[in-house]
Amino acid sequence: MTAPAFVPYLLHTLFPPNTHRPTEIGADVMMGLGMGYLVYWLTRHRKWGWLWRDWLTTVDHKKIGTMYLIAAILMLFRGGVDALMMRVNLAMPHAPFIGPEEYNEVFTTHGVIMIFFMAMPFIFALFNAVIPLMIGARDVAFPRLNAVSFWLFAFAAALFNLAFVVGGAPNVGWTAYPPLTELHFNPGVGTNYLLVSLLISGIGTTITGINFLVTVLRMRAPGMTLMRMPMFAWAALNTSVLILFAFPPLTVALLMTLLDRLAHTAFFTLSHGGMPMMYVNLFWLFGHPEVYIVALPAYGVFSEVVPTFSGKRLFGYTSMVVSMAAIMVLSYGVWAHHFFTMGAGAAVNAFFGISTMLIAIPTGVKIFNWIFTMWGGRIRFTTAMLYVMGFIPTFTIGGATGMFLATVPADYQVHNSYFLVAHFHNVLIGGTVFGLLAGMYYWWPKMFGYRLDERQGKLAFWLFLIGFWITFGPQYLLGFKGMPRRMWTYPAGHGWHLLNVISTAGAFVMGAGFLVLVYNVLWSMRHGERDASGDPWNGRTLEWSLPSPAPEYNFARIPTVSSLDAWWAMKQTGQGRGRGAAALRLRPQDIHAIELPRNTGYPFFLGAAFFVLGFGLVFSWWVIALLGLAGVWAALAYAWFDHDQHKHMRADEIRRIEASMGRLPA
Amino acid sequence: MTQRRWSRGSIGPAGGSSARRILAGAVVAALGMLASGCGRQYVLLHPVGPVGHSELRLMLLAGGAMAVVILFVCVLLAIAAVRFRDRQGRRAPYVPDWHQSRILESIWFIIPVLIVAIIAVPTVRQTYALAQVPQARKPLVVDVTSLSWKWFFEYPSAHVATVNHLVLPVGKPVLFELTADSAMNTFWVPQLGGMEYTMPGEVLPLWLQADHTGVYWGHSSNFSGLQFEKMFFSVKVVSASGFSSWVRQTRRSDPALTAAAYRRLRAFGTTGTATYSGYPSGSFPKVTHRFTLTGGQYVPAVRGYGQMQMGMAGSGGTMPAGRP
Repeated sequence: MTAPAFVPYLLHTLFPPNTHRPTEIGADVMMGLGMGYLVYWLTRHRKWGWLWRDWLTTVDHKKIGTMYLIAAILMLFRGGVDALMMRVNLAMPHAPFIGPEEYNEVFTTHGVIMIFFMAMPFIFALFNAVIPLMIGARDVAFPRLNAVSFWLFAFAAALFNLAFVVGGAPNVGWTAYPPLTELHFNPGVGTNYLLVSLLISGIGTTITGINFLVTVLRMRAPGMTLMRMPMFAWAALNTSVLILFAFPPLTVALLMTLLDRLAHTAFFTLSHGGMPMMYVNLFWLFGHPEVYIVALPAYGVFSEVVPTFSGKRLFGYTSMVVSMAAIMVLSYGVWAHHFFTMGAGAAVNAFFGISTMLIAIPTGVKIFNWIFTMWGGRIRFTTAMLYVMGFIPTFTIGGATGMFLATVPADYQVHNSYFLVAHFHNVLIGGTVFGLLAGMYYWWPKMFGYRLDERQGKLAFWLFLIGFWITFGPQYLLGFKGMPRRMWTYPAGHGWHLLNVISTAGAFVMGAGFLVLVYNVLWSMRHGERDASGDPWNGRTLEWSLPSPAPEYNFARIPTVSSLDAWWAMKQTGQGRGRGAAALRLRPQDIHAIELPRNTGYPFFLGAAFFVLGFGLVFSWWVIALLGLAGVWAALAYAWFDHDQHKHMRADEIRRIEASMGRLPA
Repeated sequence: MTQRRWSRGSIGPAGGSSARRILAGAVVAALGMLASGCGRQYVLLHPVGPVGHSELRLMLLAGGAMAVVILFVCVLLAIAAVRFRDRQGRRAPYVPDWHQSRILESIWFIIPVLIVAIIAVPTVRQTYALAQVPQARKPLVVDVTSLSWKWFFEYPSAHVATVNHLVLPVGKPVLFELTADSAMNTFWVPQLGGMEYTMPGEVLPLWLQADHTGVYWGHSSNFSGLQFEKMFFSVKVVSASGFSSWVRQTRRSDPALTAAAYRRLRAFGTTGTATYSGYPSGSFPKVTHRFTLTGGQYVPAVRGYGQMQMGMAGSGGTMPAGRP
């Protein structure tokens, strides 16, 4: 191929027609402006060195948590814009704002982004920000692997978001069922983007699972037995186990699909005797535990928020632990309820219908325990607590419609209809998102040293809650009117119009809620109330014994725990005569030198190398892929031979820091 | 509605009255929508056959039981929120260390167990019942193939075929044998009853029955690509005599579908409705008829995936080439 002939080919491959629609160009321009401003700001304020030293190479779990949070909120924005584009299109029959090609891309990326690049990093943000603080640890078990997890996630998210700029976005739905993902039905690179970026972020997620499993099991402060752990730590433990066993089937399914597309194998390719239903099994073998991977952390958050703002110990702690473990185990045994209508037979369907219904039992126990934690308490309706008050009825209704779907013959009628869409948004928004936002408002002072404004926070909450019901209430009814999901437009005459208009209006109310949330964060950065005590909510768990934000080493002296709600107990007994610093009664002679992990750049380079490898795979450009693979090995080799992994903080330095925070007499 | 009960009591200090007005508006709107639930367009609530009816009965049972649970939880939460809110002049006791009660915890373990039992027993019974065509009645067999993006129906007994529309006799069970010569879809006629996937290389059975004449609509409910939203089809239910005269009429006046025409039909694209007085043999996988003869279960034990694959391969090798 001569050079001039090669150029148009390259341009067409990199920029096919679906990358230069007006909405895509608009997004490209916005992204370009945003990045341009970032570069300008970093250069103007000479912040490049700060960015590298303090953030890109950090292994501090608190900073990694902050980066996860920023990424999650950015992705929430992107997924939300996708959602609004869909809702605008569905507001009118026959009056499309975007065509079917774009709609199919948008509903696919909405699903992938919200699950893998919004909910997951948001969860890891909270885990990173508070789990070590809660259990009295100085860091996670493997700080460098923690940075590897983050950078694999970050570069995978970047790769996935690159799709609509270069090469074209995926359009097969987030579940990516074959045979629709076969080359015959789906030429182009979009599906490769989906598969490759999920494979890369899946490695990061698995490592995070291992990391927090070991952290919670091995790094707890002396005296903190398993049954003295805060519920959020239990949530991290159960979630990590789920991740560990749920992500391998996903990896296998995605890898096989990728091989079918790139190497012309025939795992799911029909024309060579492949079996698409095997994919469906593998996918949901991951997919249902995934539902609880994103739900259990929310349960954990609520189990911290409710006792704190009720001023009362968690009701039925033991049954909370047992029910969470029961949900974890049961969630592996329900996957076939995602495809009752694939002809598995009455016996299989009955089994999975009942196993699904059984999950309602431990979940019901949890709901009642939360309510009875409030019973006899002194409830303060802060923003975090309002999210609990919104969560309980919303999630109960979501769970109820889940029971409805577990009723096998009823599922035959509403499977893949808007009823299903309403149901899973009901549990994912009413459960996961409300939980994550509650956690964000609750732990924000601990992460950043100031509170988010409560008035704005409550406004955002009401917009989310009301917007949620206006959006998804009508979608249940659309299900009863027989509207299938994933239609880019619909004809008049089925009575679907009015309900869709209402639903679209609700989506914009939620969008307004998001804007208020972002404004709330930006406003509070400047004007938010500083948290001098470190314990703004009169908390119960160990993270509130620390200054806000916690110093790099977290605990100058590792506390000894003798009961559940360790900090609350310290405040009640002789150890603490009051709130805040005094309760810890730190003495200069208690402070010794601390060994901390040293910052390293290799996780960042490893992520970047995976990005190059992924990009090469997406376009089947093997030279680039091999370069990326070489980079991956180089980064790993560097890590292998880098023995200088620790740094020491001297005792007098720690004393100086503690004194500067008013924790020690100067 | 339950939403309102709870929020009345628990609205936070900020933004109370405006939020309350918005909420009241939402409740009125929701009630309006529920009231219009009696409309005929709520097709799931107005089934016209026994399958749809038994599915609706289960929905009402599950929905009723769940409504009780939702109401109970919301009322309990509202009481807790109102009574135990931290405010001036509150009379409720503060018991910060009350953290367990065997009796209470047993109660809310047993309540969900009972509710699950109430729903699970009829669910299992109906799951088995609906898996079989009623024994006494010989069903009409219709072979369904989903194509990208249209529906192809064959009537093996009458040897006629249609595209994007069905004609069915009233009051007679119909056994649909479902397959795909495309990506996966689901065959769904909401007013007759639930859906089932159409999968390439698989044949799944689904029986339905219409008890009233009329014209109903069906659609694919599983996304299958670019023009998936066009996969509507109509279902015209006529009297028994009307059905046989439709068959006679079709056999007399409509052309037969040739193998070449079928190949054109299965190419990507959409098409209107069509009726044919014949279709090429082998356009539907032969092996599948075995399960209709043995009757009963959706997937009989004798037909594993392997056999299915052999059947497909036997009818001419690869899937697309296996068709005429």
